[in-house]
Amino acid sequence: MRLINRTPGPALRVFLTLLPFALALVVYMIASEARLAANPQDRLLPSPATIGDTAVRLFTTGDRRTGRILLWHDTGASLLRLALGVGIAALAGLLSGLAIGLLPHVRAAFSPFVAVLSMIPPLAVLPILFITFGLGELSKVVLIVVGITPFLIRDMGQRVIDIPREMIVKAQTLGASSLVIALRVALPQIMPRLIQSVRLSLGPAWLFLIAAEAIASDLGLGYRIFLVRRYLAMDVILTYVIWITFLAFVMDWGLRSLSRRLYPWAGGGL
Amino acid sequence: MSFVTVRNIFQSYGTRPILERVNLDVDEGEFVSIVGASGCGKSTFLRLLLAEERPTRGEIRIDGAAPAREPGRERGVVFQRYSVFPHMTVRGNIVAAESFATPLGRLAYGARRAARDRAQQVLDRIGLGHMADAYPAALSGGMQQRLAIGQALQARPRILLLDEPFGALDPGTRLSMHAFLQELRAETGMTVFMVTHDLEEGFKLGDRVLVFDKPRWDPTDPDIIGATITYDFDARNGGFPYQATQEDPHVPDTP
Repeated sequence: MRLINRTPGPALRVFLTLLPFALALVVYMIASEARLAANPQDRLLPSPATIGDTAVRLFTTGDRRTGRILLWHDTGASLLRLALGVGIAALAGLLSGLAIGLLPHVRAAFSPFVAVLSMIPPLAVLPILFITFGLGELSKVVLIVVGITPFLIRDMGQRVIDIPREMIVKAQTLGASSLVIALRVALPQIMPRLIQSVRLSLGPAWLFLIAAEAIASDLGLGYRIFLVRRYLAMDVILTYVIWITFLAFVMDWGLRSLSRRLYPWAGGGL
Repeated sequence: MSFVTVRNIFQSYGTRPILERVNLDVDEGEFVSIVGASGCGKSTFLRLLLAEERPTRGEIRIDGAAPAREPGRERGVVFQRYSVFPHMTVRGNIVAAESFATPLGRLAYGARRAARDRAQQVLDRIGLGHMADAYPAALSGGMQQRLAIGQALQARPRILLLDEPFGALDPGTRLSMHAFLQELRAETGMTVFMVTHDLEEGFKLGDRVLVFDKPRWDPTDPDIIGATITYDFDARNGGFPYQATQEDPHVPDTP
């Protein structure tokens, strides 16, 4: 039987799913064990137990000076910036995409412009953002917006153009105006795609968030990681990295569930 | 004056003529089948009737009205595919025929309930009443086309345009769709234009069968000549007009 036709059973599937995670953990434990055996003071690869202790401390113990549990404050600040940035970008991408996809005049005017705009490396304009918008919350949100909006606009625009011509003509024969076609034909059909594109944009959005926080901030997950880097506090960094990964995964999963619940007609995918 | 008048239509894409000198008069309630080889301009002609495209020269009028510049409610259409909205339920697709003409595409609460009731009646009549809350993806190809026809008719168009509506269906479903269409037509007396690949289907359903073809063939540059209506058959009586006599010929009307 060909390999492409062999499928794993349920039990084997679970085992195969867990295997890479277990392998990564085991490799890390061996490496950590080896380094700690050579030097018990080693800080580079702390043992999983140390990371666990640190995690418990970070999640439950307040700051010695202010009594605030910093991890939660960092998380709150970062998530707010991320939500604002991604939310604004999604809305801008949706509206611009609809306009570019449906209206030939808007398409002629802005489609090439957005294509060029999307080639600008967002991190290269970060200094401009800091100079223009200051070092506060605004510049961090703007970096996320600048970073992912062009991609969302292009993707949404293309998606609207991809709606079969037959459907647009059909709507016209039912008396629909341009606005009704936008609201009742194009918008609902690209919403699942918007959620999908936002899911794909979450990676870059986190990247821009952490980059902005690392450079100029006094609160936030990225700020904390780059702060404790100075003390080589790998246990703190790893806790934060695992926490960020967890948050990103939950967001991705949440958006997928949302899409499936709201748009059952769109089928699965990804 | 006839109901649909087509006067001296020319249509070219770039320098390539597709249609030339097309003239046609169709009475209200006639069923016109349009046949021809691939690339002979029959779909172009349907797009012109639909006003999705405007002709290079000539004009098409419905009931004497000014030539349309874009598709509207006076023209209903069913395509081979993508004729229903996948994001609306089956009932929602029928309601859309009423709600899409409003400024925001939505009916107010009371009107919506009335429209839903009417939609349910339509669905019951076309045999989709039990699927009202399903999405079109759950429907078979024949059911989707039935829904598309029901949706188009719910907007009460002056003419109904069908672009190979049964081309993707299996032969059995196709036959039942023929019966369905004939039944609807007897009910509404709708003027219908249908593009088809299937000659038999064209003669079975149509009152007239138009054949699109190039009237001349230029051996050095075949693309220099556009197509036009080369035959206009009377398809009533099973397509045998010359066999209809005053006396009873003792043969069945339809073969």
